[in-house]
Amino acid sequence: MFKTLDSAVPVACWACSIGHNDSTLFCPHCSKIQPPPGGDYFSVFGIEPKLNLDLAALEHEFHRLSRRLHPDRFARAQENEKEWSLADTALLNDAYRTLKDPLRRTEYLLKLLGAEIGEENSGKDRKDPSRVPADLLEEVFELNMQLEEMRANRKMDEEDPALEASLASAKDKFDGMLAAVDDDLRGEWELWDAGGAAARGASQRKMVALLDRRRYLSNLVRDVNEVLGA
Amino acid sequence: MAEGRVVGIDLGTTNSLVAYMEGDAPVVIPGADGSNLVPSVVALDPMPPNGSRPTVTVGNSARKALIQTPERVIYSVKRLMGRSLQEVHDELKLFPFRLAGDVEEGEVPRIQLGELRFTPPEISAYILRQLKRNAERYFGAPVTQAVITVPAYFNDAQRQATKDAGRMAGLEVLRLVNEPTAAALAYGLNRAKEGTIAVYDLGGGTFDISILKLRDGIFEVQSTNGDTHLGGDDIDNLLLAIALDEIHAEHGVDLRLHPGAVQAVRKAAIEAKIRLSTEQVAHFDIELPNGDRYQREIPRDVFELLIEPVLARTAGPCKQALADAGITPEQIDEVVLVGGSTRIPAVRELVDELFHLSARGKKPHIELNPDEVVALGAAVQADILAGASKSTEEMLLLDVTPLSLGIEALGGVVARIIQRNSTIPASATEHFTTGVDGQTNVAIHVVQGEREMAADCRSLARFDLKGIPPMSAGLPRIEVKFLIDADGILHVSAREQRSGKAAEIEVKPTYGLTDEQVESMILDSFDNAESDFARRLLIEARNEAETILAAVERAPLSPAWAQLRGEEQSAITTARDRLFQAKAGEDAAQIREATLALDQATRRFAELMMEAAVSSALRGKTMDSAGEELAEAVTAPHAMAPAEFK
Repeated sequence: MFKTLDSAVPVACWACSIGHNDSTLFCPHCSKIQPPPGGDYFSVFGIEPKLNLDLAALEHEFHRLSRRLHPDRFARAQENEKEWSLADTALLNDAYRTLKDPLRRTEYLLKLLGAEIGEENSGKDRKDPSRVPADLLEEVFELNMQLEEMRANRKMDEEDPALEASLASAKDKFDGMLAAVDDDLRGEWELWDAGGAAARGASQRKMVALLDRRRYLSNLVRDVNEVLGA
Repeated sequence: MAEGRVVGIDLGTTNSLVAYMEGDAPVVIPGADGSNLVPSVVALDPMPPNGSRPTVTVGNSARKALIQTPERVIYSVKRLMGRSLQEVHDELKLFPFRLAGDVEEGEVPRIQLGELRFTPPEISAYILRQLKRNAERYFGAPVTQAVITVPAYFNDAQRQATKDAGRMAGLEVLRLVNEPTAAALAYGLNRAKEGTIAVYDLGGGTFDISILKLRDGIFEVQSTNGDTHLGGDDIDNLLLAIALDEIHAEHGVDLRLHPGAVQAVRKAAIEAKIRLSTEQVAHFDIELPNGDRYQREIPRDVFELLIEPVLARTAGPCKQALADAGITPEQIDEVVLVGGSTRIPAVRELVDELFHLSARGKKPHIELNPDEVVALGAAVQADILAGASKSTEEMLLLDVTPLSLGIEALGGVVARIIQRNSTIPASATEHFTTGVDGQTNVAIHVVQGEREMAADCRSLARFDLKGIPPMSAGLPRIEVKFLIDADGILHVSAREQRSGKAAEIEVKPTYGLTDEQVESMILDSFDNAESDFARRLLIEARNEAETILAAVERAPLSPAWAQLRGEEQSAITTARDRLFQAKAGEDAAQIREATLALDQATRRFAELMMEAAVSSALRGKTMDSAGEELAEAVTAPHAMAPAEFK
């Protein structure tokens, strides 16, 4: 399932030639920096995949590794070490950025497990209509009508306080739904972290659905904000 | 240190500086004129009569040429770095420089200076070379490695242009550091500080705001924002435009037709601006070409009203940076002010408001000279990179990329692959495939910016993934890796995964110089090679020797000579003969040593001459300095160029 320390391919250290497994940033024998390891983001920090993370410990480890890996420490090193320092630090930074943020962390873990989910932070599937949650269909239809009307009003420089109030209350409602999704997600983290294979499978399916719903809701909130703030 | 010193350079819009770590404190290296600031002004000297290439001067002397030969001088070139032809056109509306006529869209713009044309990185290279020389003169040893600062909000092209300039000047640029971050390093040195700080950096041409978290010597940038078209220049141009309009209206003189006169007014505008930081009113008093005088009072409140829109443009980036860092103004523990424009009281008031400072009983940090703090920080970073010093070994800077990186997707929409404010180095991997059977090329367009449409972002590069094995549409799986390095510069690599073939890619920067072009622009100078440097030292040492020898030659004509004892006279002759011999050899160190010995031997002679000539106040000086001080009062024994080697 995960590429862990045990399953990693053994390789020889470039500097001391002693073999080590492929998921380490430094040679365990001579401490020299190694090319980017094969493991996942969790393994960069030497932790098992899980969803509830001790963020203070994560930051501490991030700083500790940065001190050893950062290109600033290799400014006058030989070319291959420079190159690996750059690649390893990019990996460390990518891993930290992903794991410290609860949503990115959840998305990442689910993707590792093979789930197909949209990307929260990319414009790519923003307008994909196939992912409208069924229970929201009617409201979204209504909301989109109101948004269109509001945009038209803006263009004509007309005011419609009733419409504005209705949009504002829709936004509050969707904000509330977002908060509920976040609560549910946190609940699933507990289940996943503590659960066996079966419980995890069920939890994963729920989280994929929750993330879809969340992304959809936050796009709606953003659209409403755009129109109201315009 | 075998590899020589690493210096820190602040390549500024208005002034540039070079600094280094002396022990555990950064210090600015002065130029030959004793000044810490080298004005970022480059002038082309008059064409020599024999038609050879005119020489280039930098700094204060170039600034003097600005009024006499404005068509041969350029300043504020930083605003043109890494910019496209169109952008440069917009920029040049405010500046008197002429674009070379034959530049085509897509090429790096060139500026016409007298008979010659220069790209902005070449102009910057001349400034860098001057700083390099100042440092070499100070150390008496070659300097080949540097850290150069750039505005945090500089994009990829602007960063690359700065790095190119370093290479042209014969410097290996070990790191580009963001200016506000450098300032934070300078302030954070030797202070076991923890907390969140904001650096507000309003310089000559650029504005940056950075928010950093300090912890255990790690300076972790949380967010950065800014405007690379905003600074003191804009304020100068406002005052200048008003003066020119008024002169036109009141005196019927259109100074815009007289570039030299415009520069004179610009100088007066800058002086007025500076005065208004400490006084309530400033005066314009300018003599016009027709003999009239333009006289005007500018009270501070009028000035503040005038610059209000310029300053207000810094508020948006500050708020965005706070939002991106996920904090409120109250969570900022300290604010650091950087850049000469932060001396303006109205700027300090705005900062106070933005970060709720006085309301919380706080004041912004202004202890370090706002003109020097960035260079001092660059020196700290240089010391970190050199890795040989106790005072910086615990320090580490973790900076971010200021702008999101994206690729143009279907319909011209941007798909973001690296978000702004991601810690660098940062990477992203994207997969591409083909849309047509047998297709062997895929075109990719990389952009930088926050807008939804690629056309509204800054185009960084277009490239083709070539050599894809012919397969059915959608079958190839090309993995492209985007990596932003610690300088904030993008690197791209690609691989076709099904065949395992590394796809050939040629990244063509949308704007910027090719490697070959940079190579061809490396400044022809003594600075490039070690042997050239040794040659320069030898030439300088010989020049010094000749100056003092010529003076000693004339010595017996002076009445003071007769006052010397016989053994003193023979000591001078011996030292003179030794120097004569040394000068014929190739050893610069030996020549300098013999020069110094002769200078010592003539010490009493110099004293006697001074006594005879002026006051006893100058007693104890060597002939060298006596010569300088007496140069105007009496016929000096010699005016030797100061030997600065330590």
